[in-house]
Amino acid sequence: MDYSQFMIMHHELGLLVVFLLVFLFDTFFSKNLQSKLSVTACVLFGIYTLACFFLPLKSGEAFSGMYATSPIVMSIKNILNVGMFIVLLQSVKWNNSAAQIVRRGEFIELMLLTLFGMFLMVSARHFLVFIIGLETASLPLAALVAFDKKEYESHEAAVKYIFTAVFSSAIYMLGLSFVYAMSGSLYFGDIATRVVGAEGSFLLYVALAFVIAGIGFKISMVPFHLWTADVYQGAPTSVTSYLSVVSKGAGAFAALIILTQVFGSVYSQVWEWMLFILIVLTITVGNLFAIRQNNLKRFLAFSSISQAGYIMLGVVADASVGAAALSYYVLVYIFSNLAAFGVIQAVENATGKVEISDYNGLYKTNPKLSFTMMLAMFSLGGIPPFAGFFSKFFIFSAALEQGSVAMYVLVFIALLNTIVSLYYYLLVVKAMFITPNDNPIERIKSHWSERAGMVVCVAGIILVGLVSVIYTFLNHAADASQMF
Amino acid sequence: MELTVLYYLIPSLIMFGCGVYGFITRKNLIAILISLELMLNSVDINFVVFNRFLFPGQMEGMFFTLFAIAIAAAETALAIAIIINIFRVVKNVDVENLTKMKY
Repeated sequence: MDYSQFMIMHHELGLLVVFLLVFLFDTFFSKNLQSKLSVTACVLFGIYTLACFFLPLKSGEAFSGMYATSPIVMSIKNILNVGMFIVLLQSVKWNNSAAQIVRRGEFIELMLLTLFGMFLMVSARHFLVFIIGLETASLPLAALVAFDKKEYESHEAAVKYIFTAVFSSAIYMLGLSFVYAMSGSLYFGDIATRVVGAEGSFLLYVALAFVIAGIGFKISMVPFHLWTADVYQGAPTSVTSYLSVVSKGAGAFAALIILTQVFGSVYSQVWEWMLFILIVLTITVGNLFAIRQNNLKRFLAFSSISQAGYIMLGVVADASVGAAALSYYVLVYIFSNLAAFGVIQAVENATGKVEISDYNGLYKTNPKLSFTMMLAMFSLGGIPPFAGFFSKFFIFSAALEQGSVAMYVLVFIALLNTIVSLYYYLLVVKAMFITPNDNPIERIKSHWSERAGMVVCVAGIILVGLVSVIYTFLNHAADASQMF
Repeated sequence: MELTVLYYLIPSLIMFGCGVYGFITRKNLIAILISLELMLNSVDINFVVFNRFLFPGQMEGMFFTLFAIAIAAAETALAIAIIINIFRVVKNVDVENLTKMKY
């Protein structure tokens, strides 16, 4: 066996090294040093994230084509790394709290493992590797959702998450078994060449419906979204922020790879209209339910459902510009959503309050936190000149690139929904700045790590949209990747 | 009598249907977990049968099944651990008690 092919897995190997270092630190270092564990993990992961940016972008495969990498895949891995780094940074304070101290190491290790699974998902070119990556990503997440052992909600959320996750992967694997029956192979490339003739076949419709349903569960598309709000509300806030950005971004990119590389030839006959219906439902239902929420974490859960619909516009675009727009959207979404979750976490750690009505008059006492939250809401809603506007613009124009009437209708519906979403995003801003309140949340002195996380996010929200090099870079990476 | 693909596929699909039905209707968390196992196992049967009858020259489906069994075992272990936690908190494993978070 040629061991040099391992060298192509830079991201995975680096992540494993970080994981092992954290594990050794956690296992062998003395009690006094243990309190530095979260910070050490942050620093190690930060160095690794930075180092990954300097890797040369190139394509290649390993393990006889089961694993492949390309410039756009490496870019999305870098983007996920950034999200993971911010999540780790924001979790430092919570991870050092008294209840968390005995399982501080496990938290970071499980987080790193799920990221490893997501990298495998994104890089897989064989369904066995993909399934292993998918499970490596979702099983530790279930354990993480149950991490608040004292909170009843955490357990309820975990049981809902694990059951829907297993149910969805069972459905997904049933679809895969039909794909296997049709093509006799689990390699993406082999399947792609063998399903071409099967355009009218009923089996193909069933298989694709199951595969899309399985992925839809992971990225919480309507009607497979029922677990989302409960899990987001019950899970520890660090885990919620991780679920809502990194997990969703990886799932959406994996969906893009599977649908275009394996089923790209049956695009217009089979899955274009399936995704069309799902996206319309996802954006609309997510928006409508977000309006009536009062708990901020639930509110962001429904907002993230509707954002998943926008992200999937990049998949339905079925072109390399779609892949670039999707990666860019995920990057912007990471910054905007993590800024919002950073504020929620800072307030929750200090006071335990998570209702929107608790935020009434927050501006009077905590102007900086309110400002960060406002920027996050503006960016999520897509108000220029913040990054959210540009990401929506690029993903809409990528979907329009297809040129069909259906895409114009889809983008029009998405645009209408953007207006609805502005209403509820601005409700939060209104609560913080306008609604009078006699006794607002007292002045909060947030931990340095939380502040650092928020500064990174705010910088991202403002700069990612204005620095046009980023999108150009992603576009070149997608063009160079030969995915289509 | 010769056994064809259908003799294996129909039971496996019935198994899958039973799993889905049980997942939706059962009230006990353990029973739901058993239904999930039924679904996962029926998928395994599917893979093995397709491999054996349609593509006898290769082993891809068999290997997939081996990995799928291991993954199912891991999932069960984790789900059981979470159910035990639930039991410690609410003293039973009935889904009707898990309704604090809704809508």
